[in-house]
Amino acid sequence: MATTIADDLRPMHHPKTWVGKYVWSQDHKVIAIQYGVTAIAIGLVALVLSVLMRLQLGFPGLFPWIQPENYLQYVSMHGMIMVVYLLTALLLGGFGNYMIPLMIGARDMVFPFVNMLSYWIYLLSVLVLVSGFFVPGGPTGAGWTLYPPQAISEGTPGNQWGIVTMLGSLAIFIIAFTMGGLNYVTTVLQARTRGMTLMRMPLTVWGIFIASIMGLLAFPALFVAAIMMLLDHLLGSSFFMPAMMTMGQESNTQGGSPLLFQHLFWFFGHPEVYIVALPAFGIVSDLISVHARKNIFGYRMMVWAIVIIGGLSFLVWAHHMYVSGMNPYFGFFFATSTLIIAIPTAIKVYNWLLTLWRGDIHLRVPMLFAIAFLFTFIHGGLTGLFLGNVSVDVPLSDTFFVVGHFHMVMGVSPILVIFGAIYHWYPKITGRMWNETLGQVHFWVTFLGVYAVYLPMHYLGILGVPRRYYALGETSFIPESAHLANEAISVAAIIVFAAQFLFFYNMIWNLLRGPKADPNPWGAASLEWQTPQTPPGHGNWGPHLPTVYRWAYDYSVPHASRDFIPQNEPPSAEAPSEEAAL
Amino acid sequence: MRVAIAIVALVLGSIVFHLLSPWWQTPLASNWDSIDSALHITLVICAIAFISLNLFLALAIVRFRHRPGNRAHYAPENPRLERTLTFWTGLGIVGMLAPGLVAWGKYVDVPKDAAVVEAIGQQWQWTFRYPGPDGVLGTAGVQYMTPDNPFGVNPLDPFGRDDILVQGNELHLPKGKSVKLVLRSKDVLHDFYVPEFRAKMDLVPGLVTYFWMTPTTNGTFDILCAELCGVGHHEMRGTVVVEPRESFEAWLGQQESFNQLLAMSSPDAVTEMFRKANSCSTPATWGVR
Amino acid sequence: MSLISRLAEKSWENPGIAEYREPDSYRPAAATVGVYVYFGVATVIFTLIAAAYLVRMGIPSAVDHGTGEDWSPMPEPPLLWINTGILVLSSLAWEAATRASRRDDVTRMRSMVMAGNALGVLFLVGQVLLWWHYQTAGYYLSANPANAFFYLLTAIHGLHLAGGIFAGGRTLGQMAMRADGQRICRNVRLCTIYWHYLLAVWLLLAALLVVT
Repeated sequence: MATTIADDLRPMHHPKTWVGKYVWSQDHKVIAIQYGVTAIAIGLVALVLSVLMRLQLGFPGLFPWIQPENYLQYVSMHGMIMVVYLLTALLLGGFGNYMIPLMIGARDMVFPFVNMLSYWIYLLSVLVLVSGFFVPGGPTGAGWTLYPPQAISEGTPGNQWGIVTMLGSLAIFIIAFTMGGLNYVTTVLQARTRGMTLMRMPLTVWGIFIASIMGLLAFPALFVAAIMMLLDHLLGSSFFMPAMMTMGQESNTQGGSPLLFQHLFWFFGHPEVYIVALPAFGIVSDLISVHARKNIFGYRMMVWAIVIIGGLSFLVWAHHMYVSGMNPYFGFFFATSTLIIAIPTAIKVYNWLLTLWRGDIHLRVPMLFAIAFLFTFIHGGLTGLFLGNVSVDVPLSDTFFVVGHFHMVMGVSPILVIFGAIYHWYPKITGRMWNETLGQVHFWVTFLGVYAVYLPMHYLGILGVPRRYYALGETSFIPESAHLANEAISVAAIIVFAAQFLFFYNMIWNLLRGPKADPNPWGAASLEWQTPQTPPGHGNWGPHLPTVYRWAYDYSVPHASRDFIPQNEPPSAEAPSEEAAL
Repeated sequence: MRVAIAIVALVLGSIVFHLLSPWWQTPLASNWDSIDSALHITLVICAIAFISLNLFLALAIVRFRHRPGNRAHYAPENPRLERTLTFWTGLGIVGMLAPGLVAWGKYVDVPKDAAVVEAIGQQWQWTFRYPGPDGVLGTAGVQYMTPDNPFGVNPLDPFGRDDILVQGNELHLPKGKSVKLVLRSKDVLHDFYVPEFRAKMDLVPGLVTYFWMTPTTNGTFDILCAELCGVGHHEMRGTVVVEPRESFEAWLGQQESFNQLLAMSSPDAVTEMFRKANSCSTPATWGVR
Repeated sequence: MSLISRLAEKSWENPGIAEYREPDSYRPAAATVGVYVYFGVATVIFTLIAAAYLVRMGIPSAVDHGTGEDWSPMPEPPLLWINTGILVLSSLAWEAATRASRRDDVTRMRSMVMAGNALGVLFLVGQVLLWWHYQTAGYYLSANPANAFFYLLTAIHGLHLAGGIFAGGRTLGQMAMRADGQRICRNVRLCTIYWHYLLAVWLLLAALLVVT
């Protein structure tokens, strides 16, 4: 079973042609970029959908072509695309693919062919998803939660074809994800270079590693639910379909349990939140540490917290179902488990803050995004306590409070980290540097804008404004001023939307025309900045794999000559006094 | 530096927004002040955490921003500090969880003397059923439904005969009397939500769900659907009128019972109802007693 | 080192690699680890369907969803047991192939791999016959949730086995092309583990179907 370094090179696929290099590529870096670009492209569709929703909510009646069914379709597609096809795919397929091999000192993923297949199957799932816009009846309008029976009953948009493309696309996505996830997990376990112990890995790898394991165990729930609903819809079984009336006619279904679907969905859905959050936690830890020139505070606790959060997140799913009609006594258990999960999460926040304390904070654009993440995540995390705290959830569930909360915690926060991460690693990935001014403007508009969008939503929710409403209409309890709030939110949202084009301009223009970047512009210690070439060449490391002598956070070590020591620098080369002390 | 100022400004701005916002809870009209106080306790604890964490963040940025010659302090970990922080966090969590669970304990514990009223949802309207003089709702289900029996009351069940059926979207409740609202849906998921009552619960086809509350204020309130139920979701409205006992009784007296409905229906329609009830192979999945 | 002590490492102390060997000297092959990780995924899939099966059936539990009134179990034709027997034989053939590979008995290994694969195909054919049998007897998927769960479970199990047969076929191909012997032996072992896993899943599923 023994393999040597030379053997390690053997399964590597050496492309000869342009197509082999950039299209049917098995290089993790190319696949990562393919994943990233596809995810951002489909994410843009979802972003446009959110603007359309804001147009309707802010200025009801002004856009007669937005009908209730269109609005619900925007809601559903926006949610599903953002959660699954953008965030999951970008953080794991994109960053996971790019960073894991580089950060652990491997030449590639352990199964490069499967990795390539994973991307192409993901692309297929995206195409099937998009095809939903063109089938008769349009895409599904059942909400991203796709609850039966409405998802496949009369009265819901896209209940004939749209739901089929959605469920089919999800099933395909899950196959793609499983291929990718097996790769990420096995690579972290099997391909770490010599000296790279588990506890020497950067937290980015830890976050992606645990999130991949969670994805492997959580996505099957969605897969099973999707297949069962497809059978209900296409072949007339009754897994989820009870005896009911549809449009005045008695259905020929009976006995099925809509709540069974909800349990399956949230058994996937809650871990999914952390599948998105944990990579973001990991990445932001590294951003903060590098730009504060200080090791991440309490590294071990950070790792344990990631593992504990990952484990606990499988025990909290029914906190999405407090008022679903399930056995109400479950509420006691799930409220307790949900609030317990807040403790490791809070520890992570403390440790980020304590990393900044007594640091040497360079306020460059990636760090600004990391700081903005801390602010929005603290906000979103705390509002989550309201919703987890069972009885407090009763008045707030299904209101705009929920919308504000989850956008803050799993929309805005991870997206801010993704921006920070792109600014941070752009010089390594492209070999060029972006424009600082554009980056600053992009940061300020995005950060302040999203807060203006989501803070008022919480208050509308506390007032009682329900979510997924095409129009508020006449009510006795919603004051006229709430409509004003909706207008203001919409304006802010459109400004934030527009600001994203600065980002795209900055990234694309400088890809071609940007100044050549330093191989390690931030002075980072982790392995991905120590590649012999920038951008890293095929096989990443030249003839010899790097050897790792230390953890990824040797910043501002006392007596060291520089304020960072790369992971692959042997101890003897650095400060002899330090070795004497050992 | 600017980002530290921005964070302080956002914290202060959030506090000002909170204090000046015209959007806050509607005046409470039910017994669920325990939910409100759990919410307020959660809010206070979270606000303390929000303000102190973010001010600490801003302070750290101001004090330790990069200046030439600065070097960061080297400190891998401090288990004692982390334990202390864990302890205080745990305390805060218990502080908000305890009142939340106590309120939930009341929420799931329906008083024995609560009056039973049934709310029935369908795309996109509400109807209501009162148990009548016997105080018991008869069994019902979609399998008993005919054009003349839109509530799907089982005509073979004697308890159902005196049930009072309220078409139209208006529910009346007597003030000060605990009510167990029994919920069922004819088609898809819905959610019975009256913001002033704080309570809500989903309607699930195939199941009977419930919650209870005591209306404490006379008045007319909106019933909204809070679970996406199709294109008409936002238009699925009803009204609930809370009124003194006497006017409630007077109103109830004017409503039609199932017996009256049977008497008014044509013989053919009644035959059809009984034919359907007799042919039911499965028991009433909505059966409520 | 145990996992706990590895996770308790204070990695900022003691820079160096003195205590760490070349990782390739002690790690199992990546494919082996990949297969074991996949067992986790498959286990979750089958467990969740089984859990859904029990809930839908109306097993009295805390999850009282008021279902199961329309549940009518399927009969157990002898074909079910014949198929189970075939799968057991198939698994045994793979086991024999692995043992032969340990003894470097190439001919026996090849014939046993062929037998294992062929029996796997036979099992799938048997499953299709079983479906056909149920269909002709009127046990349609839409007729009853018990039927629907049966078709769903057997289909997903069958797809997994088909994947195994694909891998087994590839191993046969590698033998024909006289690929690296070590690699072939590893693949045979992996196929064997996979077959045993699917046999265990099938026995549990069959037990679930029979008991209820």
